Amino acid sequence: MTEARTRNKVMSVDDAVARLEDGMTIGIGGWGSRRKPMALVRAILRSDLKDLTIVSYGGPDVGLLCAAGKVTKLVYAFVSLDSIPLEPLFRAARENAAVEVEEWDEGMFQTGLRAAAQRLPFLPMRAGLGSDVMTHNPRLRTVTSPHDDGEELVAVPALDLDVALVHMNRADEHGNAQYFGPDPYFDDLFCLAASQRFVSTEQIVDTAELTADAPVQTLLLNRMMVDGVVETRNGAHFTTCVPDYGRDEKFQKTYATAAADPASWVEFEQRFLSGDERAYQDAVAAFHAEQSGGN
Amino acid sequence: MDATRAEVCAAALADFFEGDGEIMASPMGLLPTLGARLAKLTHSPGLLLTDGEAMALDGVPPLGESSGVVEGWIPFRAVLDVVVPHGKRHVIMGATQLDRHGNQNISCIGDFARPERQLLGVRGAPGNTVNNKTSYWVPKHSARVFVEQVDMVSGVGRKRAGQAGAAATRFHNVHRVASNLGVFDFHGPDHALRLVSVHPGVTVDEVRKASGCDLHVEGDVPETRTPSAEELALIREVLDPTSLRDREVPAA
Repeated sequence: MTEARTRNKVMSVDDAVARLEDGMTIGIGGWGSRRKPMALVRAILRSDLKDLTIVSYGGPDVGLLCAAGKVTKLVYAFVSLDSIPLEPLFRAARENAAVEVEEWDEGMFQTGLRAAAQRLPFLPMRAGLGSDVMTHNPRLRTVTSPHDDGEELVAVPALDLDVALVHMNRADEHGNAQYFGPDPYFDDLFCLAASQRFVSTEQIVDTAELTADAPVQTLLLNRMMVDGVVETRNGAHFTTCVPDYGRDEKFQKTYATAAADPASWVEFEQRFLSGDERAYQDAVAAFHAEQSGGN
Repeated sequence: MDATRAEVCAAALADFFEGDGEIMASPMGLLPTLGARLAKLTHSPGLLLTDGEAMALDGVPPLGESSGVVEGWIPFRAVLDVVVPHGKRHVIMGATQLDRHGNQNISCIGDFARPERQLLGVRGAPGNTVNNKTSYWVPKHSARVFVEQVDMVSGVGRKRAGQAGAAATRFHNVHRVASNLGVFDFHGPDHALRLVSVHPGVTVDEVRKASGCDLHVEGDVPETRTPSAEELALIREVLDPTSLRDREVPAA
């Protein structure tokens, strides 16, 4: 009985991605260009996985996976780099009709995750009524209240996930994980909606250390919600992971500029995305050394 | 000194919040942010402003800054859980397209299946418009923005809400639109776009020519009010001393 409690869930990014299969529906935590599990996304780029359905409050995770041809279908409410409003690789995928999409309202998206987390087929909500979100998503239907109000609401279907990938500031080897930034985003919901859950983290510490210097409310994920823990320093780069680090705006700008031009994109991929995670982090460090060293 | 066009816009946007009481102001973009902060410093001290991320700030910082005493925690989930669905919010969104019936588009231009130009996606526009008070800000009034019919309805106008049923109109409140030329609402026939006022120096004809859709005009259209001396001092000395506003709305 103590086996499950003490199970060591620590693995590498590549171990985690080895557990994924073609055709899976994968939810990616974070929000826009904020606390995205980018090291795990980069591991998917290196893998031969294909035909994925991605569910995300989209940022560069979505752009990169689309550009790499990993995505058959996308479910999102927006895709943005925050400080740069439009994600160039996502735009290209949409404008070339390269991926099938379901575009939902932000709140509706949260409700779909919540329905999955609660093992319900749908949850009713007002958002979406009257909008073209209903026109372009045939699986969105309405439900009529059986009570006296008789209101006809959107029956938001459960966003059931095969896998959730999230990034947290700190975790223990069992999957208890915490965030120190201003916003938990929806990472707990992603984990609750998924069958397999992988959390990457800046630092793995002993369980006792989790609350030694931080309030218990920072523990967003408990070990029932996590199957694999990956230590990846700077693993959310180039998105934010405050207070450990903010967004790497300089690098994001370089990314966005390269992404908007196919020839530059080939160079960017060669420089930053052709090796493993260590090679990526080294290339990023070299990029910054070059930038601060002047011309 | 006379008020500039940007200052007229700021005061007009501030007026959108009048009477809102203790709710969250969600201004998207520079001029709406200036308007919301001006409103809080004048007629609407109860407004709750955030740092654009997760903190509610007690205090009214200048544009470009989000410092101040934190008075509350409103992460995205709290916005979606307790602010939007309870209507305790007035959002001023941008609009890539806005049509005669108050439908707004920030999703994509062209056919949804293969857009000519992919934009952000609908974001929270569908939920905002059926749950809480919503206004729009258009910094550059043109026939490309003001269209007969938007390509993708992200924010829902009153007529579309009506067609979707009582649940969609119950809390629907698309309040007003401001552009660099004038102020508008949707109290024309059949909830159509109506010209409320033209900014000083702008003619009704100019607004008509700059719009790609029909515009309802009733009688003599008044001029948008100019900011008071107090408001001008707040804008110029407190909220926007480096005149960021003029970059969004150049002097006419």
